[in-house]
Amino acid sequence: MARVTGEAAIEVEGLVKRFGDVCALDGLELTANPGQVLGLLGPNGAGKTTLVRVLATLIVPDAGSARVLGLDVHNDAAELRERIGLAGQYAAVDENLTGLENLTMVGRLYGETRGPAKARGRELLERFDLIEAADRPTKTYSGGMRRRLDLAAALVAKPPVLFLDEPTTGLDPRSRLSLWAVIEGLVAEGTTVLLTTQYLDEADRLADNIAVIDHGRLIAEGTSDQLKDRLGGERLEVRLEDGADPQVAQRALAPMSDEPPTIEGGVVKVNVRQRRGSIVEAVRRLSEVGAGVEDLALRRPTLDDVFLALTGHAAEETADGDGERDPAGERDREHDDERAREHAA
Amino acid sequence: MRRLVTDTLIIAERNLIRLPRAPELLIGFTIQPIMFVLLFRYVFGGAIRTPGYDYVDFLIPGIIVQNTAFGGFATALGLNEDVSKGLIDRFRSLPMSRAAVLGGRTLADIATNALSITILLVTGVIIGFSFHTSFLHAAAGIGLLLLFGYGFSWFLAFIGLLVSSPESVNSVGFIAVFPLTFISSAFVPVESMPDGLRQFAEYNPFTVIVDAMRSLWLGAPAGNYVWGAVVWSIAIVAVFAPLAVSRYRHAAGR
Repeated sequence: MARVTGEAAIEVEGLVKRFGDVCALDGLELTANPGQVLGLLGPNGAGKTTLVRVLATLIVPDAGSARVLGLDVHNDAAELRERIGLAGQYAAVDENLTGLENLTMVGRLYGETRGPAKARGRELLERFDLIEAADRPTKTYSGGMRRRLDLAAALVAKPPVLFLDEPTTGLDPRSRLSLWAVIEGLVAEGTTVLLTTQYLDEADRLADNIAVIDHGRLIAEGTSDQLKDRLGGERLEVRLEDGADPQVAQRALAPMSDEPPTIEGGVVKVNVRQRRGSIVEAVRRLSEVGAGVEDLALRRPTLDDVFLALTGHAAEETADGDGERDPAGERDREHDDERAREHAA
Repeated sequence: MRRLVTDTLIIAERNLIRLPRAPELLIGFTIQPIMFVLLFRYVFGGAIRTPGYDYVDFLIPGIIVQNTAFGGFATALGLNEDVSKGLIDRFRSLPMSRAAVLGGRTLADIATNALSITILLVTGVIIGFSFHTSFLHAAAGIGLLLLFGYGFSWFLAFIGLLVSSPESVNSVGFIAVFPLTFISSAFVPVESMPDGLRQFAEYNPFTVIVDAMRSLWLGAPAGNYVWGAVVWSIAIVAVFAPLAVSRYRHAAGR
């Protein structure tokens, strides 16, 4: 399974996938390096799940090419299936089988005999802190336990490439943290991970590289820091005392920035040209015009800001918590189209 | 090919392990058919005339055929659930045989059908049913039932992959299968039906199967029924197995 070093683990070129009139993937370009986590960010209907399904050989693209470990997802599908693991938001395990029976079945379907498949199952249950529930039907498992079992099932054959489709959607914060730790462990062992998520903190924490996609196209790519830098530097946020006129403050602070300061709910936001000295300067300017300051802070843009700027809408506003079936994951698309991209520029 | 066989057995095993843990399905295989046998025997039986046979002897082959047809619902419902829960996606991302998920399901149905045939035969014997033919004929009848049940499982596998929810599996399956089994010789002599219905019943494959069962178990004049039943069963597999497999390949899990 060794691959030539330097070769991309995942290589997507001009990928197109249509469902009826809807173009879920519209000429997508993407590369993931071996041993890295590529975070795929995008709102619902952006094409994330469709991409994962293409890469996992579940659906055939209409145009373009997608290669994983140098294998074409369509022409070399059978060979590729030996080397990939898929886990997702739906926790695809058999509810009436126990945890161990589930993993043993998957191991045997990879071609392993019963004994070794069972041993591997136990090993994984141990690792994912599920060993005590090994002989219980999974319908008695909590959501977090099921998700861990689902991930364990994806790891049965020790695949060098792992696709995780919104692995923590709908999980409570504790389960989410423990799943993150597991994923970090896998990456430390050299697994390449493609991770889709709607949670920016998840991408921020796990991903070496982030690809932002919307409407089936790549709209930005880079490390978390690079993406944040694209938004320019620091932002100054000034909360005024009750009774102070925000417009006066807005005018007073305007010379500190290349773009006009904005007012949101009594908070004046200024994208300052430089970090150094800007707090002192802001206080001076505000006191000159007699605007009383309640609170004042300088902060870096978050990935949320990046997302908003790039896609014109916030990341989680279309989050679907209910895991409803949606063949292309594209139901929200028209809805998204209506949202103007006026913020983008 | 070896892969197909081993993977099919693995999936069949999975479906049999889980069966006792899904009590609602088990009730469908055991209690429900007994209830129907008793209802027909004691509620309708007195009013239905079946020249040449006690009603209980007439009824048992018919009701067992109907029940065997319904045995495939485990496949239809199970596959539908596998699609909606994303398990089919897992299977399709594995390097396993493409036909094994369906093959394993339908194979497991043979075992569950054997179970419910046994239960119905024991119930039948308790309320007065007896074989009028040799042991070999009786055994051949059971073989024919299993073959027919296997064919029907493929039909229901296709239905299970075609519709979107377990509720629709139930209603589509019910609407398709219930009239077919009732407008046949399963419960009443075909001659008692009005014109139109009678002709339909005479050509209905269920009549062919039921009459074949009566000739194997009761010594009724066989005609071509036994061969007809075998041909029908194989034809159902030949048509619906490829349809179901092609549907499976394209099943969009989510």
